[in-house]
Amino acid sequence: MAITEQDVQASEDAPSVNYLNNGYGLKSWLLTKDHKRIAVLYIISISIFFALGGLFASLVRFELMTPEGDLMSSDTYNKVFSMHGIIMVFFFLVPSIPATIGNFLVPIMVGAKDLAFPRINLLSWYVYVVAGILGTIAVVGGGVDTGWTFYTPYSSTYSNSNVILAAMAAFMAGFSSILTGLNFVVTIHTMRAPGMTWFRLPLFVWSHYATSLIMLLGTPVIAITLVLLMLERGFGFGFFDPNLGGDPVLFQHLFWFYSHPAVYIMILPSMGVMSEMVASVARKRVFGYEFVAFSSVAIAILGFLVWGHHMFVSSQSTYAGMVFSIITFLVAVPSAIKTFNWTATLYKGSIVYDTSMFYVYGYLGLFLVGGLTGLFLSSMGLDIHLHDTYFVVAHFHYIMVGGQVMGYLGGMHFWWPKITGKMFPDIWGRVSALLVFLGFNLTFFPQFILGYMGMPRRYHVYPDEFQVLNVASSLGASILALGYLVPGAYLTWSIFKGPKAPDNPWGAKGLEWETTSPPPTFNFEETPVVTEEAYQYGPIEEH
Amino acid sequence: MADDHHGPTVRIYLAVFASLMFLTALTVWVAYQELGMFNDVVALGIACTKATIVILFFMHVKYASRLTWLLAGAGILFLLILFAFAMADYVSRGWLGMPASHYLQ
Ligand code: HEM
Ligand SMILES: [Cu+2]
Repeated sequence: MAITEQDVQASEDAPSVNYLNNGYGLKSWLLTKDHKRIAVLYIISISIFFALGGLFASLVRFELMTPEGDLMSSDTYNKVFSMHGIIMVFFFLVPSIPATIGNFLVPIMVGAKDLAFPRINLLSWYVYVVAGILGTIAVVGGGVDTGWTFYTPYSSTYSNSNVILAAMAAFMAGFSSILTGLNFVVTIHTMRAPGMTWFRLPLFVWSHYATSLIMLLGTPVIAITLVLLMLERGFGFGFFDPNLGGDPVLFQHLFWFYSHPAVYIMILPSMGVMSEMVASVARKRVFGYEFVAFSSVAIAILGFLVWGHHMFVSSQSTYAGMVFSIITFLVAVPSAIKTFNWTATLYKGSIVYDTSMFYVYGYLGLFLVGGLTGLFLSSMGLDIHLHDTYFVVAHFHYIMVGGQVMGYLGGMHFWWPKITGKMFPDIWGRVSALLVFLGFNLTFFPQFILGYMGMPRRYHVYPDEFQVLNVASSLGASILALGYLVPGAYLTWSIFKGPKAPDNPWGAKGLEWETTSPPPTFNFEETPVVTEEAYQYGPIEEH
Repeated sequence: MADDHHGPTVRIYLAVFASLMFLTALTVWVAYQELGMFNDVVALGIACTKATIVILFFMHVKYASRLTWLLAGAGILFLLILFAFAMADYVSRGWLGMPASHYLQ
């Protein structure tokens, strides 16, 4: 048992007892029902997979330094980029913010003691870990070479790699995210503190609500699709292989019905992080709060109507393609609303150039490029040229790495004092943000040009004239890697040697800043009563 | 969350189980009848009926709050979106007389 009567008593008597020093044994962590401890467990596990995925990314960039395929065979290369994608998408990006920062903050932000179903929360982590182990077995036991998209009939019939294991791992990782989403939806609906109305919720909570809806409505479809794939591969049921009477394009419909919304699972949470950070660095209420809130929900719903933009050249009918193309243009509107509103929030804000500000700027720039190049790809004619080239690779990395990973790192810095009770050296925070921003652009901007010039993705041999840009990209990747290693180092340092964090180091608004750093096991000494809207920063003082 | 609605009784569970078994047998029997294109229609109809019974009774949706109905309804709505947009592709593939229309013949 993690939480006992005594613990409750202790945390009520002495405020210095917090969720971290409330029990030390391994058991107190592995059987915990505290959402904050589960968040920490998730932080550790996704970091392991981020490192593993990063290792495969380095291998890809290493191989692409030269036009010849000299480092590895084509088969190995196929496996390396596939495992990079599968690990990063299913084991890092999808849980990245919701299961860590979201898990930690959603209950605190709504003023609750924990999530609605603490045991299910722990279960989601165990499901994730089992999925991770299965995935690791698939990797170590020979790998998988289908790409993260598992396209049929290659995956179901022809591939000679561990497709079933990898699909099973992705399937289970999906269940873990369904459980997280379920917990968030119920918590946000039923456990808000007195006075915490829907329109007083921090925008972080709104974006997690939208993310959870996608997790609940979309993930079952990928789960069943992967089951169909496993049945076809294992038992020869004909769903997707034309030789068995199936239809390969059906797989793409089913896959992208989840996976396009899933790309929003991989960006919406970071938009929530940004809303909180923008308000704090500008010391202003987020401009157009309601619009930002509803744009999250709009993204979640519209995101389900655009999947065909991945299939313009798949033999999908031109008419369906036109409908998907138009709706894809529409889905860019709510993303633009957010970007404009954050910028408007900064306008006349009282800005301090600290780590948070650096991350906010970096995010705005990278997400802007990522989102706008999405519109290039949504144009059916242009996409015939750009589809499956490095342009697409650059596009989605600008969003998933430039957006979500930047948001994850920014959020980890912003809430680090709350999570660990320790301060990190701000100068190093700014250095890391700069390294990430520069390294990222140097890695991925050349890929837009490469793709536009016609370099296809997923090939490791390429014509000589592409080498300069590829070397630039690999160089950028090493700077980017440094940008990730440096925060890893000083954040770890700060846990042991950093100065103690005050309850509200940034002078920010929000319930999480009203409790102690780190918070007690049940988050608040007494249930907070909310009397004002979010982000009520006082009038800006004259300097 | 206190649940002030009462769930189904054991008798209802058994009745649901019996009807599921009956419908399964029916599916098998129908599969051997020659109904032309209606074989699919009947099979899917039976499957939907079974799913509805499971959702209402086994999953307690019949006894749940309106919010649960809303979420379950949303799930079904999004499933219909999946079918509708995917079918929009299949149905309109032949319209331009392009090679893709072969798949439909
Ligand atoms: C702002 C609106 C966005 C638009 C208009 C857009 C548009 C597109 C289009 C049309 C494609 C297909 C390109 C092709 O394969 O030929 C695509 C690919 C992709 N996009 Fe976006 N996108 C947007 C936002 C996002 C976001 C937010 C993410 C992720 C967080 C994302 C991730 C991806 C991924 C992963 C792929 C490629 C998948 C693959 O083939 O492996 N996109 N995008
Ligand atoms: Cu998409």
